[in-house]
Formats: sequence, C-alpha cells, structure tokens
Amino acid sequence: MDATVAGDDSWSVAGLSFRSRLIVGTGRYKGLEETGAAIAASGAEIVTVAVRRVNLGDPGAPMLQDYVDPKRYTYLPNTAGCFTAQDAVRTLRLAREAGGWNLVKLEVLGPPPFLYPDMRETFVALEALLKDGFRVMVYSSDDPIACKRLEEMGAVAVMPLGAPIGSGLGIQNPVMIRAIIEQAKVPVLVDAGVGTASDAAQAMELGCEAVLMNSAIAHAQRPVLMAQAMKAAVEAGRLAYLAGRMPRQYAADPSSPLNKGVLGRN
Amino acid sequence: MGATISIAITVNGEARQVAAGASLSDLLAQIGLDIRKVAVERNLEIVPRSSYATTALVEGDQLEIVHFIGGG
Repeated sequence: MDATVAGDDSWSVAGLSFRSRLIVGTGRYKGLEETGAAIAASGAEIVTVAVRRVNLGDPGAPMLQDYVDPKRYTYLPNTAGCFTAQDAVRTLRLAREAGGWNLVKLEVLGPPPFLYPDMRETFVALEALLKDGFRVMVYSSDDPIACKRLEEMGAVAVMPLGAPIGSGLGIQNPVMIRAIIEQAKVPVLVDAGVGTASDAAQAMELGCEAVLMNSAIAHAQRPVLMAQAMKAAVEAGRLAYLAGRMPRQYAADPSSPLNKGVLGRN
Repeated sequence: MGATISIAITVNGEARQVAAGASLSDLLAQIGLDIRKVAVERNLEIVPRSSYATTALVEGDQLEIVHFIGGG
C-alpha cells in the first residue's frame, strides 16, 4: 500500500517529527475548558501560546497548562502582541525559562488595523534569537524575498500570512504562497487568514507543510465542531496535494464516451 | 526595634513591600504562585528557576513574573 494511504505522512521541523499538519492557537476561546476541548478535537500536536504577566491579585487562577497539557502538546511560545524586536526577544527568553525549550514562533507586528508583519524588526529579532540558541519559526509577509532571507539566516520554518490576523478572509495570495513554497528548503506554513475549512484545504493543496490557525476555530459558532472540520480539511488538502490534481482546461472533456451516441445508433 | 525592616520593590508594575533579606522564592511563596508555571525577569535579566532561593531581593528591584496564556 502507498505509504501515504497507510497514514505514514509525518513532517518535521527543527528535528522534531509530527503527524498532524494542523497547528492551533490557544487564544480567544470562551474559557479554558473550551480551549482544551477544541484543541483535542483538532488533533493538533503543536499549540501556540502567549506569555503575559501573572495576575498577582488572583495567583491561584486556573492556568493554561491545567487544560492543555504541556506533556501531551508541544508548546510553541509566540510573540503575539510584540511590536519591536527587543520586546519579542525578551518575551521568548521568558518563555524559554517558563517552559524550558528552544522551539518558538517569532512574530513582530506592524500597527493596526492590519497588524502586517514588520519585517525589519523581524530580521533583527531573528538574528538575536538565533545567536541565543533558539530554533525559530517565523511569521512573515507573503514576500518570497523576505521568506528566502529568513531561511538563509537560519529560520527553521517560514510562515507567510494568508490574510491579516483574525480576518478570516482566506488565502488572498495563493500565487505568492506557491512561489514561496517552490523556492523553500524549510517548511512553509500558512499562518493567519484562514476562515473556514476550505481555506485550510487550499493552503495544503498549494503545498504547505502545515497550517497554523486560531480564530477560525475559536470564533466559529461551535469551536469544537470547527476544530474537527479543520482536522479533516488539512488531511484532505494534504492528500489532494500528494495525489496531484487534474489539469485545468477551458473546454469539456466528458467522462463517458460520446462517439456512438447513447444507444449505439449508427 | 522589633519591626521587620522592609524594602520597596516593583512586581509586574505594582509597588510592593517585602522583608529585607527576602529571596525570590520567599516572594513567590508569599504571592502564592506555582513556580513550575512561571518565569521571572529581574531588572531585565532572566532569573533561572534554580536560582530563586539564592536570589536576594534588594531595594528598587523591578520584577516581571509571567506565565503562559492562550494565544495565537
């Protein structure tokens, strides 16, 4: 049997191997219980997490780790909310101390309303993080030059946006995503912009190694159900990519023979 | 005499008094935090978890105590 059909289609980043090609964020849910349930339903093995000040007024409040077990999931600390390289580096150093690992997601954002990646700050932060021993997956603009540069600097994965964070607009830039994938030697993931299952499938059909999303699940009417949908969509998109889609053409090509007519009249 | 001498520090942006000579471990215990789930930065330098007990707090220390929360 084909290895893929047998289910042996893992991917790896920074030397770690994963079967699920869906990475999910842990933010924006109604509560930690829903967070845990949706993540379990998504089948994800990697989850992104943020780092924030402890609320000193409520030190006994339940923490994320109580609902999303760090032994079961690979925590991928991110720098969401960081607008400067310095902030991002500081945040990830703290995350490493809190969790004790080197694999991280770097994102340095430009101002609202688009929160588009600030690549100048991202390059500065990446350089500092690499010197400090981090393995860095980098959120990027959908710019093949920028993505290539990140890879050359030593990023372990590049993650161009499909559309602005939390917009749910779907992949607005399939041509550029494809260009980035074709030239890349490290995994390419679409990160941000996915709105529904077909968007996730599209990212995988384009040849992404994996897809990263948060709001598309957390802000669905029924997050746990959408998590299941995303799991299926990522798997379907991956299989379709491996299968190789039929060529597009601008005229009909019937599936049944036409030459003799329906009943074989002369 | 008899009153414990205290020092002023800042924790997560809030002014706080701790006993002179208190360690970082003492402070975390006083706040009631599970140290396995937090990380601490003191005057912009990370304090390794293994050093909490031996890190003596001094007047004017700026501490940031963080943990993981949900995020994309």
